[in-house]
Amino acid sequence: MQLIQYILRRLLYLIPVIFGVSFVIFILFNVVAGDPTPLLLGKNATASQVEELRHQLGLDRSLAAQYFDIVKSAFTFDFGRSWATKQLISEVIVNRAYPSLTLTVPAFVISTILSILISLVVAYYRGKGLDTFIRVLCISLMSVSSLVYILFFQWFFAFKLGWFEISGYEEGFPNFLAYTMLPGIIWIILSLGPDIRFFRTVILDEIYQDYVRTARAKGLSEITILLKHVLRNALIPVITYVVIQIPFLILGALLLESFFDIPGLGGTILQAINSSDFPVIKAFAILSSIAYIIFNLITDILYAVVDPRVKLN
Amino acid sequence: MSQKETKSLWAEALQRILKDKVATLSLVIVVIYALIALLVSLGLVAGDWATAAGPENMAPNGDFWLGTDFLGRNVFKKVIYGTQVAMSVGLVSSLIAIPIGISLGAVAGYFGGIVDEAVVWFYTTFSSIPTIMLLISISFILGKGINSVYIALGLTSWVHLCRLVRGEVIKHKNRDYVQAVTAIGGGHTKKLFRHILPNIFHIVIINASLQFQVAIKSEVILSYLGLGVQDVPSWGKMIDDAKQELIQGHWWQLAGATIAMFIIVLAFNILGDALRDALDPKLKGKDA
Repeated sequence: MQLIQYILRRLLYLIPVIFGVSFVIFILFNVVAGDPTPLLLGKNATASQVEELRHQLGLDRSLAAQYFDIVKSAFTFDFGRSWATKQLISEVIVNRAYPSLTLTVPAFVISTILSILISLVVAYYRGKGLDTFIRVLCISLMSVSSLVYILFFQWFFAFKLGWFEISGYEEGFPNFLAYTMLPGIIWIILSLGPDIRFFRTVILDEIYQDYVRTARAKGLSEITILLKHVLRNALIPVITYVVIQIPFLILGALLLESFFDIPGLGGTILQAINSSDFPVIKAFAILSSIAYIIFNLITDILYAVVDPRVKLN
Repeated sequence: MSQKETKSLWAEALQRILKDKVATLSLVIVVIYALIALLVSLGLVAGDWATAAGPENMAPNGDFWLGTDFLGRNVFKKVIYGTQVAMSVGLVSSLIAIPIGISLGAVAGYFGGIVDEAVVWFYTTFSSIPTIMLLISISFILGKGINSVYIALGLTSWVHLCRLVRGEVIKHKNRDYVQAVTAIGGGHTKKLFRHILPNIFHIVIINASLQFQVAIKSEVILSYLGLGVQDVPSWGKMIDDAKQELIQGHWWQLAGATIAMFIIVLAFNILGDALRDALDPKLKGKDA
């Protein structure tokens, strides 16, 4: 009962946040951005053409009405049409989501499992040489720009060695694998650093708890303690960390998709920036925010369900 | 009393960092980079990066340690000049983010009630928009150039600090030393600025150290998107240039910018961790 109340209260709180997100986007694109008509019509447009376009785009309406349009789109998912391609934005997003997910989901699953396994091994050897080595490796991996990984790997493994396709995409399993494999590997390398650092901390936080000392005192082996006791208790922050990343899978891999010509959502955003396609950028900002809010809510609820220590008021 | 405590905390923190060889080295690296950035800003170093100093696309050699680019410009000088851009992006974005984060966080934590709710709503809203989308949107709207990069990075990075400051202020405001100030007739301003904030200032320092490396890394991505620095060299633009260069085998521009960036980001990473361990034992190793 208390849990349902908690969920309802959290759901209600979504409304002011969505209004807030819409407001930030409204301020940016409808107030600060200025008049987009010269971009769309060029310099030689007549006054009547400009007037007509402004009317078409709804820019001649009051600011309040324009703000309300954005709020409405956040609830109806009707974002209108792209200025550049004239396609319905909601359709574009549905079509482009598939290639993005074929890249991000496998990479995400593999990198998460790999990071947890490495963290467990590192926790087992805590304070020893291997632990230090992995920590230094993680922090070093994180100190190189993501762009450098992409440039170098694409040049070396795809261009020089020819092990992978340089760029492009084909629909359908297993055809897409040839194209998503290398960007997927880069994604995994980019994730390993921060993931292992986080999981290691979480696991080590548990390892010094009293129950671990008890388990050790009753003679359990270190591996049993790690897998049966520590991992289970560490699972809550791990799940939270994992779930909160899911919205970013939907957002796609911005840079990877553009470098490898994968026709996903990330690439769409970059195209929209290059062609000053306001509605598309706005739609992505709103959608990704809503996805983030929802998954944030899911993690909080999971927390409340899984961990009896969390107070619900 | 609180002044004295703060001082000893700082002295102790510095001592602890100096005991750790790797952390000391990181501190030295940061100071060197800052000095280079300062010298470039004053026009004393690398001011002539734009002149064609030698033949085009020359590989590294004794005269040109990092070779020359497609216009025959000295890549090493470009790397040096890029240091100024990178450090200034970190510094200015911190100077924007820190006042916003501290003031909102402190006010929310201290006064509580409706003020707190408003601030929490405000930062929840900001943190709900994925950073990369907000970063791109702001710099896109403000137009190309380094000022947009400053503002975009500043406006996307105050939330974390605001959260931390709010939490700490809530913890501190009912402590004995604050109650004592109330008892001797100290007002809100005095309590907040003279007593509570100096006690939580270490959070700001730790945060700034992490902010610098996030800013330096973000500059690269914005440069790739064409939204970054325009008329001067930056590490981001050099890495972006490497897109075409690598295929022709010209690796030195990429290598120069990557190594320069790797060293400073690594130093900030290590320094951030060391500062956290030295200043805030409670946070040890958390929230990386």
